[in-house]
Amino acid sequence: MSGNPAPILEARGVVKSFGQTPALRGATIAVARGEILAVMGPSGSGKSTLLHCLAGILAPDEGEVWFDGSRLDTLPEAKRSDLRRDRFGFVFQFGQLVPELTAEENVALPLLLSGVRRGQALAEARPWFGRLGLDGLEGRRSGELSGGQAQRVALARGLVARPEVLFADEPTGSLDSMSGELVMRLLTAAVREQGTTVILVTHEARVAAYAGREVVVRDGIVGSLAEVPQ
Amino acid sequence: MSVPLTLLGLLEREPSHGYELKRDYDMFFGRGKPVSFGQVYGTLSRLARDGKAIAGPAEHGEGPERRRYVITEQGASDVEKWLAEPAEPELHLQSVLFAKVVLALMLDRPAARYLDMQRAAHLARMRELTEQVQNGGVLDTMLADYGLYHMEADLRWIDHTAARLDTIAREVRG
Repeated sequence: MSGNPAPILEARGVVKSFGQTPALRGATIAVARGEILAVMGPSGSGKSTLLHCLAGILAPDEGEVWFDGSRLDTLPEAKRSDLRRDRFGFVFQFGQLVPELTAEENVALPLLLSGVRRGQALAEARPWFGRLGLDGLEGRRSGELSGGQAQRVALARGLVARPEVLFADEPTGSLDSMSGELVMRLLTAAVREQGTTVILVTHEARVAAYAGREVVVRDGIVGSLAEVPQ
Repeated sequence: MSVPLTLLGLLEREPSHGYELKRDYDMFFGRGKPVSFGQVYGTLSRLARDGKAIAGPAEHGEGPERRRYVITEQGASDVEKWLAEPAEPELHLQSVLFAKVVLALMLDRPAARYLDMQRAAHLARMRELTEQVQNGGVLDTMLADYGLYHMEADLRWIDHTAARLDTIAREVRG
């Protein structure tokens, strides 16, 4: 990405271990504003740990994480938590909807947590149901949704607050191929419209193919795929 | 798959007679589909004509006359170029990908780098097909899906192979 404007998100030599087990061994990556970047790699390669460090969920043992021109990893947890709530969105493999809430309340949740009034939060949540093909499901609870529907609700929740960066960790991992394709089509259309940057962790090539670029994590190191000779 | 380049690769490993090339080709690359003597000798003549191999003097002994073939600079450069570039991502690549990995290991070339390049070439093609899925009609999508699933299978094979290159190298290098 040389010659491009400053990256929105960057990891520089990030090292992270869990006990004696190294997960990242000097991971370096720069993500351009508005790009959809796929992070690929085998199970246990460190790709989810990298996502968690970039998102400020985990603090690295060594190295630096930069977001929008400022150090993120040195912020106290409370500040990182604010950042995650206000400027980041998340979609995980299993939607992780709050079972007691309706689909609509789940989508509105990030807004409610940011202090938006309930009426306004629900009003902002509502259009996402039409956009993601979920019309009529607003009042259902997660147990009454199919896996694909629940994941689309989770996607709406991840995007409703118009985050600058969406972190998606195996967002189609629990879905059949048709539902997975629908989620990826909707995700890419929505983030392109909003100009959201996406870090998409996946081990599936078909999912990675929705991204504009991919990197591979192997043994805790980020490798760019070799340039294809012309 | 490219029989001439594979035979050239075997010649780079060591100067060989036609019957040795056939034997080694069948053992490593034929895999139940042996190459004919006619094809081996025909290919060797063309390689010699094109300056990629040189036929040694006729060796007289028992049985038919034999010649040992030696690879030229030009031939070695062709092999090097072939092994350094990814194959065009398309269907039914099995034999080409297989030959490139085995030969690269046999000749101590960077097989892992080749696989990385192939992975990148496949993903680039998959991105094009995914665009087609997103923007095309249902028939375009159906065709693109066929390509995507096959390339995904190739990629799984590439990842699996990359993960056990050491074992394969031991087998190939003997």
